[in-house]
Amino acid sequence: MKIDKILLDHGSGGQMSHQLITDMVLPIFDNPMLAVLHDGAIFDIAKQRMAFSTDTYVVDPIFFPGGSIGKLAVNGTVNDLAMCGATPLYLSAGLIIEEGFSLTDLGKILQDMALAAEKANVKVVTGDTKVVPKGAVDKIFVNTSGIGLIPRQVDISSHRARPGDKVILSGSIADHGMTVLTQREGMIFDSPVISDTAPLNHMVTKMLAAHKDIHVLRDPTRGGVGTALNEIAGKSGVGIKIYEEKVPLKKEIAGICELLGFDPFYVANEGKLIAFVAPDYAEKVLAAIRADEFGQDACIIGEAIADNPGKVIMQTSIGGSRIVDMLTGEQLPRIC
Amino acid sequence: MAIKHLEEYRDPQIAQKIVERIKAASLKQIRLMEVCGTHTMSIFKSGIRQLLPETISLLSGPGCPVCITAQNEIDAFIALSRVEDVIIATFGDLIKVPGTDSSLQTERAGGRDIRIVYSTFDALEIAKKNPKKNVVFLGVGFETTAPTIAASILAAKEMNLGNYFVISAHKLVPPALVALMATREVNIDGFLLPGHVSVVIGTKAYQPFFKQYQTPCAIAGFEPLDILQAILILVEQIESGAPQLTNGYRRAVTFEGNVKAQKIMQDVFEIVDVKWRGIGTIPESGLKIRKEFAAFDAQKEFAIIVSESKEPKGCVCGEILTGIKNPTECPLYQKACTPMNPVGPCMVSSEGTCAAYYRYYSI
Repeated sequence: MKIDKILLDHGSGGQMSHQLITDMVLPIFDNPMLAVLHDGAIFDIAKQRMAFSTDTYVVDPIFFPGGSIGKLAVNGTVNDLAMCGATPLYLSAGLIIEEGFSLTDLGKILQDMALAAEKANVKVVTGDTKVVPKGAVDKIFVNTSGIGLIPRQVDISSHRARPGDKVILSGSIADHGMTVLTQREGMIFDSPVISDTAPLNHMVTKMLAAHKDIHVLRDPTRGGVGTALNEIAGKSGVGIKIYEEKVPLKKEIAGICELLGFDPFYVANEGKLIAFVAPDYAEKVLAAIRADEFGQDACIIGEAIADNPGKVIMQTSIGGSRIVDMLTGEQLPRIC
Repeated sequence: MAIKHLEEYRDPQIAQKIVERIKAASLKQIRLMEVCGTHTMSIFKSGIRQLLPETISLLSGPGCPVCITAQNEIDAFIALSRVEDVIIATFGDLIKVPGTDSSLQTERAGGRDIRIVYSTFDALEIAKKNPKKNVVFLGVGFETTAPTIAASILAAKEMNLGNYFVISAHKLVPPALVALMATREVNIDGFLLPGHVSVVIGTKAYQPFFKQYQTPCAIAGFEPLDILQAILILVEQIESGAPQLTNGYRRAVTFEGNVKAQKIMQDVFEIVDVKWRGIGTIPESGLKIRKEFAAFDAQKEFAIIVSESKEPKGCVCGEILTGIKNPTECPLYQKACTPMNPVGPCMVSSEGTCAAYYRYYSI
């Protein structure tokens, strides 16, 4: 069946999204800075290395345990810049608001943005507001763009993973995605689930202070850890081996994923990073991550290998092994 | 809702011990079939295939509810979504399955109102909130989902909801086991029987089948240790030549099953012959809404006519569903048929055998 319309799958962050970008966007805006498809573009202006990134937030519900669309919009762009190794400096904010939207809620969202900006030590310096007729958007959509400066000697890219590199994950997976999903569906569980949305730039600063030559940094947002690792394996031409039992996953999140038929490796995170670091420095960088308030549960979950280039292989907790493929479209709840 | 008890069924040391016992016990070449899609996924996700000795082949059976839904049923769902003022409420997996010329996903992108729900009671809510629309719930699944769907019909009656309908495409597991054994090309030495279905129907539901065929059967839970344990039970039965119907999932499954759920199912549905994808018509293997509840039967209300349903050309989903072929033997697998652009339902559903192979097996 030929696809001639945009499907929700095209926005999943997985293979369908990737295909849309490579087939339709890249050929039209063809340039080397865009073509690397990193979290942000990296270029020189007046002898300074800069990173520039943009992201749009359409999360439903707009308020959820652990955050809101406002907090998410600031942290998300801050993190995209941090994943380039940049110190985020300035953000823009664009709001598209539905007619009839509550001013109290708008006030709360703006307040959340201000608090998040303060925490990340960035300033929102320009913005735009549009109001559209009822039904033209769902409540409120937020776009943020940001710029930051990259220190000399820092060269972080998804192409730089090397066999032997240790793979570090800064904490538990799938918290954000499962929180938003269960909130949206009105599911109530005994143990509260909370989004992990958080700024990661201070963590990255600590990591770079511990060791300048971090090879890869990624925040596994849409598509989750599984998709991010696949992209790195593909771009760097290495295999990646991970150990299921080392990957931090909260019990309650594991249970909800099990119940609904979701694989936590493909569920979104909003306050976690994956780093690839040469083995000699891995412990030092790990210690730096753990020193940050958002990285206390960090651990080494695997390594890059020369075998099976482009593939991610997981050793399961009972000692078997399996492929971790890229997410193709949206994950859907199963029937039974 | 409290969620616990997961790790104890994933203990690597115990897993290792069971694997050692399987290896020691397994001498003959045997073919075991898991009849449930959730088992298939769990086996792949936990890497059980790589742990087993070469004497054991695991086949995936017709246990993915989306996969065994016949093409004319899929086409009827799509046709229903095009009826004016209809809201389709469905479990998620179904929306990507290609029908003869469209899919629910494509219809949704084209503006049809198709909503994914997590329970039938979400569908009732939609009906209550949209009194001017007709809500049709797509009733797909086995004995696991059928009681909840029957309960939604009873609830709709209780609430006097005149705009809630169900299209019933439910299937029953025990008749499918009989059909599999009757298929000549299928040589199955033992069955891993589904956990969730058995919670509802109980061990007793398999007794007639077991008496007739004397094939080793073990009901299994879904955690890696549950599955390994059930495989060990089957291997021991086969090697000793003493087949049994064993309940290996005693923490959830009883002999009688969930009697209340069985009663609700019987009250609302009657048993009929239905067509399964790949297998054909199996006697007394489907559920139809009883006359007393005709007011909630979408088939009666909307009189959908599906002209000619065609199964995709070259797709061997049918043979995969019966364990005759495995996905790598399909000419379309990984070429024309991928999860991004699935040709057959086994590549669509998260519990489909082809999707499991594609996602977890292609090292």
